[in-house]
Amino acid sequence: MTTAGVAAEHLEHALHDDRPFIRKYVFSTDHKIIGIQFLFLSLFFLLVGGVLAMVIRWQLGFPGKAMPLPGAWPSTMAPDGVVLPEFYTALVTMHGTFMVFFAIMPLLVGVFANYLIPLKIGAPDMAFPRLNMWSFWLMIPAGALMVAGFFVEGGAASSGWTGYAPLSANPEYTGATYGQQLWCLSLIVFALSSLLGSVNYITTVVNLRAPGMTWFRLPLSIWALFITAILALLAVPILAGALIMLLFDVVLHTNFFLPAGGGQPLMWQHLFWFFGHPEVYILILPAMGIASDLIANGSRKPIFGYHSMVYAICGIAFLGWVVWGHHMFQSGMNPRLGTTFMVSTMFIAVPSAIKVFNWMGTMWRGNIHFTTPMLNGIAFVAMFTIGGLSGIFMAATPADMYIHDTYYIVAHIHYVLFGGSLFAIFGGIYFWFPKMFGKMMSERLGKIHFALTFVAYNLTFFPMHILGIGGHMRRIYDPSQYEFLRPLQPMNEFISLSAFALFISQLPFIWNFFHSLFWGKKADINPWHDNGLEWTAPSPPPHGNFETTPTVYHGPYEFSRPDMEQDYLPQNQPLPAPQPVAH
Amino acid sequence: MQHWWFPTSASSYGAELDNLFVLILYITGAVFVIVEVGLLVFLVKYRKREGRKAEYIEGNTTAEIVWTTIPAVVCVFLGLFSQPLWSRIKDPARIPADAIPLEVTAKQFEWHFGYPGPDGQQGTADDYGKRNELHVVVNQNYRVRLQAEDVIHSFFIPVFRLKQDAVPGMQIMAWFRPTRTGQFELACAELCGLGHYRMRARVFVHTPEEFAAWQASQIAPTTPAASDTTASSGRTAR
Repeated sequence: MTTAGVAAEHLEHALHDDRPFIRKYVFSTDHKIIGIQFLFLSLFFLLVGGVLAMVIRWQLGFPGKAMPLPGAWPSTMAPDGVVLPEFYTALVTMHGTFMVFFAIMPLLVGVFANYLIPLKIGAPDMAFPRLNMWSFWLMIPAGALMVAGFFVEGGAASSGWTGYAPLSANPEYTGATYGQQLWCLSLIVFALSSLLGSVNYITTVVNLRAPGMTWFRLPLSIWALFITAILALLAVPILAGALIMLLFDVVLHTNFFLPAGGGQPLMWQHLFWFFGHPEVYILILPAMGIASDLIANGSRKPIFGYHSMVYAICGIAFLGWVVWGHHMFQSGMNPRLGTTFMVSTMFIAVPSAIKVFNWMGTMWRGNIHFTTPMLNGIAFVAMFTIGGLSGIFMAATPADMYIHDTYYIVAHIHYVLFGGSLFAIFGGIYFWFPKMFGKMMSERLGKIHFALTFVAYNLTFFPMHILGIGGHMRRIYDPSQYEFLRPLQPMNEFISLSAFALFISQLPFIWNFFHSLFWGKKADINPWHDNGLEWTAPSPPPHGNFETTPTVYHGPYEFSRPDMEQDYLPQNQPLPAPQPVAH
Repeated sequence: MQHWWFPTSASSYGAELDNLFVLILYITGAVFVIVEVGLLVFLVKYRKREGRKAEYIEGNTTAEIVWTTIPAVVCVFLGLFSQPLWSRIKDPARIPADAIPLEVTAKQFEWHFGYPGPDGQQGTADDYGKRNELHVVVNQNYRVRLQAEDVIHSFFIPVFRLKQDAVPGMQIMAWFRPTRTGQFELACAELCGLGHYRMRARVFVHTPEEFAAWQASQIAPTTPAASDTTASSGRTAR
């Protein structure tokens, strides 16, 4: 009842929304505006990370050759357009950092958790709207500190996105004194932002569900975002703690990770990956949830095995805590521990397989509409399958001995994070854009973007498996130094050209996004004929979301019921009168 | 096309590692084909057609049990199958007893190899060292004690299929037995700074006769300068 009271109060706000511009669109406490702010910010960082990747690929495809616009590059990075080795190590570090912490994670959690949770559970806003506002505004200094690394003496952090100590702990080893400090500070601020968000998402899902929205009527996107928030709440503080220790080593000359003073380099790896592996699931679980929603909608069918899907999300999240050692098989950690972590890692294949087969089961005997969101959802399943299967090779400790730290790993992570997460993100943007902005994106441009991206993406990342099998190490500035890698150079060149094509393939998306924002066709209240509560609110929903608190009568996947003409049934509409159905 | 596969193995356990990789490739390859072909079939067969409605199916418990059990069984099998090979390669207690000890020290951006000399013992007067060159005898077991002076490096000889990080403050043991004579390469596989990409050493697998001749040439000059043993010499400019 309290929820209804809050909603009514908010509705008044909605009706006479006299908040000044700055409270409405800048320092807004409205979860929808915050979600949209995260969208612009993280798409910007996605572009930054993409540009860095292009420079990396230039150097790997054409080592030592001058880049386009040779005069435009600062001499500390690329004199006459030729990338310097120290700039290269900064590039790989910052590409990973931006993509993981400032693009994929805020796209999934900042955008979709913020935008979708209150709307999909029938709440007027988040439980703590002001904390939510802080969560976004902390990302601005975090991002600014990270970008600042490029402009300080010594350049940006250069010890990899994993920041392995002692390379990261003593500035003498990389020369990036201030860059490494900024990296630590930025991620500490990021951790605070993430923490505020997580507290909010968890509280909101637990407390603000509309009447009738039981746990097993939640959409899988919300289940995934809820479990992800728990993972982030528990994992990100570990990163923050480790970063504070690292920062102390760098600035105050403590010796947490420096062996000369009695520190333990491997402790950094344990701390980083104890955070880092749950983090990997933070980056994929919401994508799985979004893809589930897109696939059920596109297939016009209930999710196959809804309960199994929920348990699989929980299973992956739980297993995520006991597999961190698989990043450390070759690190000098006791090899017996390697066996333990191999077995726990192998078990992740079980819930992952459950999910893949249930997505296929959802499409089976469906009536598949090839909308842009659905195409991206299908690509998610197809590409995540490859990323999941390639993970089994490195889970097997002896096979990992060879492919560890090679391009095989690079291929794997990009199949999961680009092929998996990013396709789901694109699908989610196409799907919820009409709700966010009240305008439709062009389906035609969306399909062109999808097709180009899908092809260029596979041409870029699939051959990386072959590089890895050839023994090509990660993070090397110039592969031509090694005789055994020289025969692979044509493939490196091919990958680089494909990567440039992949970058250019994003232009239709950028155009579509901004053009539709201003001149797109006006969106109906429920353009995809979906069942989620967000589709019962206007496009875009007003401050406070719903005119009256919705009552939920059933789960979110009531598509193509045999006892109904219409092939969907929003969650706020009662089921048709029950009648005995004979099979 | 040969370059699209592993460099030919040159160590005793290399072929077994490759076989494990191929076994996993068959298993995952089968799953890959089932999923991707199944997906394509569904996309074509169940594409949108006017006047047709999707079937209202909420799930199937038998199917769930099947596709939970099969991956679990396959994973347990793969774990059990991999474990003995892993222990044999990485368990320090199981390094062959007749292995010749080598001292390997990594630092930005070079490798130093300490050889035991003709007596086969480390820490004796006939020890000698060599920078960025690893010379070994074919079909002989070697035991490597890995150390790092500054940051973490990784000892990676692709043709031996051996990779082991060298961590400052730790002494980590690894072993190998070369099975093929020839010249190969050793790479640093862990990002260790701006010169990571050129932290390369050459690996020479000799016949016993060749090795004896090479060793004699290393020991013959009595001046220490020629043997290049000083750890700090030749530090690459950073």
